[in-house]
Amino acid sequence: MTTEQGMTDELSPEEREFERLIAADQRVEPRDWMPDAYRKTLIRQISQHAHSEIIGMQPEGNWITRAPSLKRKAILMAKVQDEAGHGLYLYSAAQTLGIDRETMFEQLITGAAKYSSIFNYLTPSWADMGSIGWLVDGAAICNQVPLCRASYGPYGRAMTRICKEESFHQRQGFEILLTLMRGTEAQRAMAQESVNRWYAPALMMFGPPDDESPNSQRSMAWNIKRFSNDELRQRFVDMLVPQAEILGVTLPDPDLKWNEERGHYDFGELDWTEFHEVLAGRGQANALRVAKRRKAHEDGAWVREAARAYADKQAELAAQSERLAS
Amino acid sequence: MTSPGDSGGRETWPLWEVFIRSSRGLSHVHAGSLHAPDETMAVRNARDLYTRRAEGVSIWVVRASDITSSDPDAKGEFFESPQGKEYRHATYYTESEQVPHL
Repeated sequence: MTTEQGMTDELSPEEREFERLIAADQRVEPRDWMPDAYRKTLIRQISQHAHSEIIGMQPEGNWITRAPSLKRKAILMAKVQDEAGHGLYLYSAAQTLGIDRETMFEQLITGAAKYSSIFNYLTPSWADMGSIGWLVDGAAICNQVPLCRASYGPYGRAMTRICKEESFHQRQGFEILLTLMRGTEAQRAMAQESVNRWYAPALMMFGPPDDESPNSQRSMAWNIKRFSNDELRQRFVDMLVPQAEILGVTLPDPDLKWNEERGHYDFGELDWTEFHEVLAGRGQANALRVAKRRKAHEDGAWVREAARAYADKQAELAAQSERLAS
Repeated sequence: MTSPGDSGGRETWPLWEVFIRSSRGLSHVHAGSLHAPDETMAVRNARDLYTRRAEGVSIWVVRASDITSSDPDAKGEFFESPQGKEYRHATYYTESEQVPHL
């Protein structure tokens, strides 16, 4: 964060060191001093991101048993397993900031914490597995690649690992849609109908327009965020159009057209009322997602406790036999 | 002294740091951390979490609370000794730069 020259003298040595690291585009590590607001911003962002991965398992987990072939089932399982893994990497990164995992789990199942609104949409058709991979994971990757360079070390490292694993997610989704588009008329209609539903919500994943997103400014000054919401959204649309042509699907936006002057595609206004409605908990599946997560967490409690009791008992037995031997 | 990944909170299971050898001939490198009730489960969880794409041939796990680290607040003094001792690097010796095989 830039500080006015006159202010610099009043900074404590820790503050000055933090400012220096950020200005030099270096990384902040867990036990470095950092401003409270930086720590809070990161805890919120990383834990929301972790929750999104965990909740993100549901719309697809839902389709594992009904996927059309053994190969598709295996791919879907691998993808859902990756999402669990990504959630765990991110929870670990958040923990280094001083929040414990039980607290984050509670925040999620009590509805106190947010997660990406995109997972509050239902997945009624098989083609939705394609759209999630192509559009939702595509948008996520666009958002996540710059986060590999986030100023907070553990977050950047988690994101690097995630991005590496995520690249197959988008391709497999694209190929699901491609297979459908090469199929019967009914299959092509199914793919198009799904793209129609997911296109706008995927574009909204980048967050509100820049002038309505006051926190992003600060995150950018701290080198957590590298590009603004609108910049990333534009980049995503520019990538999508040629991909849609290869698929043979139509992107549901009559205002979408190439702007020679800007060197980018122009696109229509998004329905931000819908975005805010879903964010406020009034989406298709908000209650369902949290209830399912809560049930999984509570149903698994006895397993976690039993495993701990077993470990404690084994440790006690080992200590006993050591005492006897000495 | 705190351990690197310790959040100091209430956890059902302890925190473990995971180190992975990606192939024979290379060192174990820190991959990340996870929670597990004991060392056996920690190794299995580490396999599931960090080697889903054949990233490793060997795993170490260490309880995060068993790691002792240098004091982050004293890193200036603690790592002071090598400062100004460029003669410990080959690049310090420039007179011999053009000499072959040296």
